[in-house]
This record gives sequence, structure tokens and C-alpha cells, in this order.
Amino acid sequence: MVAQDAHAHAGPQGFIRKYVFSLDHKVIGLQYYFLALSAVFVGMLLSLLMRIHMIWPTAILPIIGEIKPETYLQLLTMHGTIMVFFVLTTAPQSGFGNYFLPIQIGAPDMAFPVLNMLSFWTTFVAYMVLLAAFFVTGGAPLHGWTGYAPLSALTNSGPGEQLGADLWITSIAIFCIASLMGALNFITTVLDLRCKGMTMMRMPLTCWSWFITAILGLLAFGVLLSAGILLLLDRNLGTSFYVPLVVVNGQIMGHKGGSPLLWQHLFWFFGHPEVYIAILPGMGVASQLLSTFARKPIFGYKAMVYALMAIGVLGFGVWGHHMFMSGMSPYSAFAFSIMTMAIGVPSAIKTFNWLGTLYKAKIRFQTPMLYAIGFVSLFVSGGLSGPFLAQPVLDIPLHDTAFVVGHFHLIMGVAAIFGMFAGTYYWFPKMFGRMMNESLGRIHFVITLIGTYCIFMPMHYLGMAGQPRRYSQFTELAYLQNLMPLNRFITYAAIITVAAQLIFVINLFWSMFKGPKASDNPWEATTLEWTTTTPPPHDNFGGHTPVVYHGPYEYSVPGAAKDYIMQTDPAGVPTH
Amino acid sequence: MGLALLVIIWLITFFSTYFFVAQTWWLPHGAAKAAAFIDGQFALTYILMGIVFVAAQGALGYLVWKYRASANNGPVGYSHGNTKLELIWTTLTAILFIGLNLMGSHVWASERFDPAGPGSVPVEVTGMQFAWYFRYPGADGKYGRTEPKLMDPSAGSEAAVGLDTTDPAAKDDVVTGTMYLPVNREVDLTLRAVDVIHSFFVPSFRFKQDAVPGLIIHMHFTPTEIGEYEIACAELCGLGHYKMHGMVHVVSQEDFDKWLAAREAEKQ
Repeated sequence: MVAQDAHAHAGPQGFIRKYVFSLDHKVIGLQYYFLALSAVFVGMLLSLLMRIHMIWPTAILPIIGEIKPETYLQLLTMHGTIMVFFVLTTAPQSGFGNYFLPIQIGAPDMAFPVLNMLSFWTTFVAYMVLLAAFFVTGGAPLHGWTGYAPLSALTNSGPGEQLGADLWITSIAIFCIASLMGALNFITTVLDLRCKGMTMMRMPLTCWSWFITAILGLLAFGVLLSAGILLLLDRNLGTSFYVPLVVVNGQIMGHKGGSPLLWQHLFWFFGHPEVYIAILPGMGVASQLLSTFARKPIFGYKAMVYALMAIGVLGFGVWGHHMFMSGMSPYSAFAFSIMTMAIGVPSAIKTFNWLGTLYKAKIRFQTPMLYAIGFVSLFVSGGLSGPFLAQPVLDIPLHDTAFVVGHFHLIMGVAAIFGMFAGTYYWFPKMFGRMMNESLGRIHFVITLIGTYCIFMPMHYLGMAGQPRRYSQFTELAYLQNLMPLNRFITYAAIITVAAQLIFVINLFWSMFKGPKASDNPWEATTLEWTTTTPPPHDNFGGHTPVVYHGPYEYSVPGAAKDYIMQTDPAGVPTH
Repeated sequence: MGLALLVIIWLITFFSTYFFVAQTWWLPHGAAKAAAFIDGQFALTYILMGIVFVAAQGALGYLVWKYRASANNGPVGYSHGNTKLELIWTTLTAILFIGLNLMGSHVWASERFDPAGPGSVPVEVTGMQFAWYFRYPGADGKYGRTEPKLMDPSAGSEAAVGLDTTDPAAKDDVVTGTMYLPVNREVDLTLRAVDVIHSFFVPSFRFKQDAVPGLIIHMHFTPTEIGEYEIACAELCGLGHYKMHGMVHVVSQEDFDKWLAAREAEKQ
């Protein structure tokens, strides 16, 4: 309680302290959210340009002109980097987590408000540095978001590999620092600032997922930061961490003795946990929403928590499955592949429990629930291609093909984005005090769900047929010609799906100002954010500290007056 | 909305599965020894995952329709879960996933852990931005020395890989831009890259391996059908990645010997 009083600072005065350099976790959460929203539109437009180039390679586009093969690779690099760091890591964890973690555990703010502000503004700087890469001589780098050395470590390996590549790796390094600050803040907040009665096993699954994600971030981003600094040294000071003696276009470079595989090990040691950093918050949101709108407790709360922990632990032992074809010891492939198959088990538990939650439920189909159901469907579809790629022998034909692109987009791209949509429609009333439009929400959902399947499911077929990823054109290899109709289909689906996102934007901004006023608890949910006013006051609970008496998902408790019991309800029937 | 969800989820499941079952797009025709096993393992994994896929999506569609609030006036089944079911489900998944994994391991091991057998055809593959070069060691069976300072990609072939012609072992080395292999003989492959990482990918052989600067990687495989097969680069290597391709001609032993002799003759 002492810790909590110390953070109950007074509300700020003036526009700049209130909305720009704010210490309030809710404002910072929204800042992260809108940063990610702008990033997702940039990233999405880049991918649309890529799809257009693939099927109309010589088209002259308005403003942009012709997309050259190297331009395509620059779009690809920036698409991946923006989406992974500034969307998938930023919105679900830093955005929603910042806004709702303190409220859901009954705290007045995050543990370190100044650090919180600093981590947002550091993220913002990282984003600006990344975007700057578009505008420097040579443009953005072309080495892909994975930045494999030596391609990324040499300044003459291609266009964009000069200043553009330096800005790219600098941006990632700055982002790592911001994420480390954020992770520390989340972990401390969960451990120290829970209100009376909020035991760890009474936390909503959203809080569990943000907590585990923060731990993953703390362990993973430090490694990427170090790897990034080494890459900068290789690029600018002539060190040879990642570069052996190489000859680029007849010219001997000054490096000697470095290991290209070292970069891959360090990068994927971060990169695989990063997949879980992107998807765990979505799992938390899906769990929360399925229970709320099914009017039923989540099936197997404890199993869900243990599965999150298991994914977190195993997630650090699977990075080598990205490297089966890399030339690393073929013996180690067995260990990585067994670990990878093992991580499928807790993921399967989660799916089973989501279905179990729906069994004998009373499902309300409001828009947030549609997205939670969509999340489960996408998680199943994206997850089941995992056991193909986890087997080294099947990775031989499938590695670095469109099959992989389909797999990870379904599971860590679109599923995570469905988690964000679900979170947006669900928490919008609490954040902005108004309801979003249900009809627009439904239309947006149906087009987006069908559209994403039309885009990413066919990529599996392309990959099986041997279409390599990161090809800007399919004109050079004869066997790729037969796949053009399918590529055209994907591009058409992408154009429609991208256009449909305007429905979301319109709904979001129109509802912010014109939507019907929201009550304090429009979904009849049980967790703490629904006990406070809409939108919540500066200290979240208007001068008092909540006390928790129940677990987070007490719906349809036999003998209770209503079909839900708030966590703070002192009366009511005894529960867990 | 419950019915709409059921229809959408089931239709997505149907179409996704249909194109797999109909094999409208599938692995290319296999023309190497490992292809039969890899394709079999792929089909088995696909059948098992396909069953789980259809079952899970089918159940999801059914549950959201069956238990929609508008039709369900009965009591909600209040429950916090069922430990026994959780354990059964977990064990089954673990057995399925880990079992699948162990099955494929011997093919992986045979191409990588053991060296190529006696009588295999040695070929060295060198990747550079944006071409593949193939070197045959000639009658002495030894690759001649290559020197980074001699590498001149604009001159092509021998100069591109930096062959040191003063080395006696290099005298009979043949360097070409097209790969020729005799059918049904094991190929002892040596993979190198001179600038950045490339990946030697022959879809029809079910063969893929990164070529990494600073590493010399040995692999072996056996082509089993006469024909022409395309080589692609599968690791992003720069702006010309999409056009870094090549051809493998798999020919009879007789034609292979003739071809190699002609290349040797050209060299003299």
C-alpha cells in the first residue's frame, strides 16, 4: 500500500504535460496505440505495393513511379521491420498493456511513471529514425527484416546498404532500449502494485499475458541490442564479428574471420521469443473476451496460466528452427526440432480451453467477440502449419518459401492483429467513453476474416510448389510461371482487404466523437476496469483503492443474482 | 450472427482443405532419392494436421452456432475446467508432435552426418551475386586452389571462382555455369559462397542448403531421373536475388562422361 500511495500523484495541468509528455499510463497507452495505428497503415501500404509489383512488375504507379527489384526489397525490409517492432510489439503490449494492466490489478499507475514516459518517447524516436531511412541517399536497406550478415554488414552489397542500413539498425537498437524500460516497468507493476485481494491467480489472463511478455522482452531485447551494436561496429569501424573474408563483385573487403551464423543465432535468440511477444497479449485478450461474451468462466484458468509460462520458457529454446538450412551443426537440429514440437503442446492446450469455454455457453455476438472467435480460427490455422516447419526434413522443401510467409502471417501477423481489433472494439468504450458502431464492426470483421484467409492460405500452396520468398518477380524461373494465377488471386484479395480497413478507421474516429455514450460496464464484464467510471479518472479509481474478492471470470455462477459477479463484489456467492 | 459465423468458418475450412486434398498445387515431381521419403512424411504430417484442422475449425463453427445466446435459454454450464480432459489432450498432442518429429530424423541424418559414399561424383557449387558456378575436379579428383584476390566475376567461370591456374591440381578443373550430373550416382556436393549468403535450392531434388561465406559445407544427394531441373536461390542475397537461377542437367553416365571430356578438351 505504501508503494501505491507514492504513485498517487496529482493530475497534471496544461496541454503538454497532460497529452504530450504525460506520466499517466492511460495517456501513454493511447500514445503507443496511435503510434502503432499509424505504423500499421504504413506497413500495410508497403505490403500492398509489394503485391502490386509481384503481378504487374512494370506498372507505373502514381507518385511512386516504377517499382524496381531493389525497391521491392526495400519495401519488404521496411514492411517487416515496421510491422514486427512498431505494430506487433507496440500495440498489444505497450498500448493496451499500459492502459489496462494497472487498472486491471487495481493500481493507480505503473510503478515508474517517468520511465514509462521515457520508454514511449524513446520508441517514438526509434520510429522516426526508421522512417528516415526512406529519405536518405540510397534509400532504405534491402536485407530484409532479419538483416542476415554479411548482406547487412557490408556497405556495398546493394542499394540502401549505406546510410539506410545504419539508420535501420540504429532504430532497432533504440527500440530495444525502449522495450527494456517498458519490460522492467510491467514486471515491477505486476509484482508490487496489485491491490488487496488481487492474488496472482486472480489476475485476468490479459495481465498474465502482459506479465509473461514483459519477461520475454527483458530477456530477448538485451540480446538484440548487443547484436545490433556489433553489427554497427562491423559496418562502420571495420570489426569482423559477422563477416569472414569476402569478395564482393571482385573487391576483397577488409574483414576476416567473422561468422555469419553468429548474427543468425543472436538474431533468432531474440527473434523467436519475439513471436510470442507479439502473440501472447492476443491470447490474453482472446481468453478475456471469450469468457466475457460466452458468459462462462474461462475453461481451465490454471492450465491457461501454466501454458503461458510453458510457452515463455520453451520459447527461448527453439530459435534454431529458423536455421535448419543455415549450415549450423545438423545434430543440433534434433534438439531444436523437439523443443519446437514441444511448444506446440501448450499452444494446443490453449485452443482446447477456448473451445471448452464456448461449450454450453450463452454467446453474445458483439464485435469484440467476433474478433476473439476469428483469433481462435486464425491461431488454429497458423499454428497447424508449425509442425510441418518444425521437422528438419520437411524444412528442406519448405524453408524460405511462401509456405513460411503464409504460416507466420496467419499466426503472428493476422492472429495478433485480430487480438488488437478485439481489444480495440472491447476497450474503446472505456478509453473514449463512447460505443463503436456494431454494423460497421461486423462488416469490417467479415471482410477482414475472409480476406486474410484468401491472402495467406494460398501462400501455403505456393510454398509447397517451391516459390521462394523475397522474390520481386517470378519471370526468371519457368516453374514459377504456373503459379502466377494464384499470385494474382492473392493480390486481388489483398487490395480488397486493405480497402476494407478504411471501414475500421472511419468507425474508430467517427465513434470517438459521435458514437453513443457508453455506460461504465457496457459488456457486463467482471474485471476491475469495468468498476471505475468511463473514462477512468486520473488515479483510476477516484480516490479509493479497490479490494478484490473473486477470480476474474465469474460468469453465470449458480445462485447469483446476475449472470456475472464483479471482482470487487463483496457480497455474492463464494467463488474461487 | 452465430449461423453466419458457422457458415464462414466452415466454408474457409472446406476451401482450404479442398485445394490440399485435390493437390491442385503440390510439391513438384520428385527426381532424387530422398524425395519419396520426404513426400511421404509431408503427406503423413498433412493428413494428421488436416484432421486436427478440420476438427478444430468444425468444432469452433458448431459451438458458436449451437451456444448462441439468442437460441440458448437453458442454464450456462458453469465450470472452471476439467483436469482429466486437459491431461488427456496434452498427452495426445505431445505424442503426436514428438512422434512425427522422430520419424523424419533418419533421412535428415543420412544426408548430413555421414560423408558421401565411395564412387560419388564430386561437384563444388559456388554462389555469388547473382550466379551459381559449378566446379568438377577433373581426372586427379582434386580441386585446385582458389584465391580471393584472383576472383573476377565479370570474367566468368574460372576467374569468377578465383581459380589459381598455377596450381597443378587446378589444371584439369572444369568450371561451368550449368550443372551436369549422371543419373543414379551419388553427388558429393561442396558448397561455398564468396560474398553474402545464398541458398542452393533444387525443388525437384527436395534439396536446399545455404551457402555461407567462410564455411565449406558438404552434402550429398542422388538424382534418380534424367531431365532438366531448375536451381533457385532461396536466401535473400541482394537486388538480383529473384534472378539468381541455374540449371541441372541429369544425364546418363555415358553422356556425362562425354560432356565432361568435351569441357576438358575446350580447356586445353
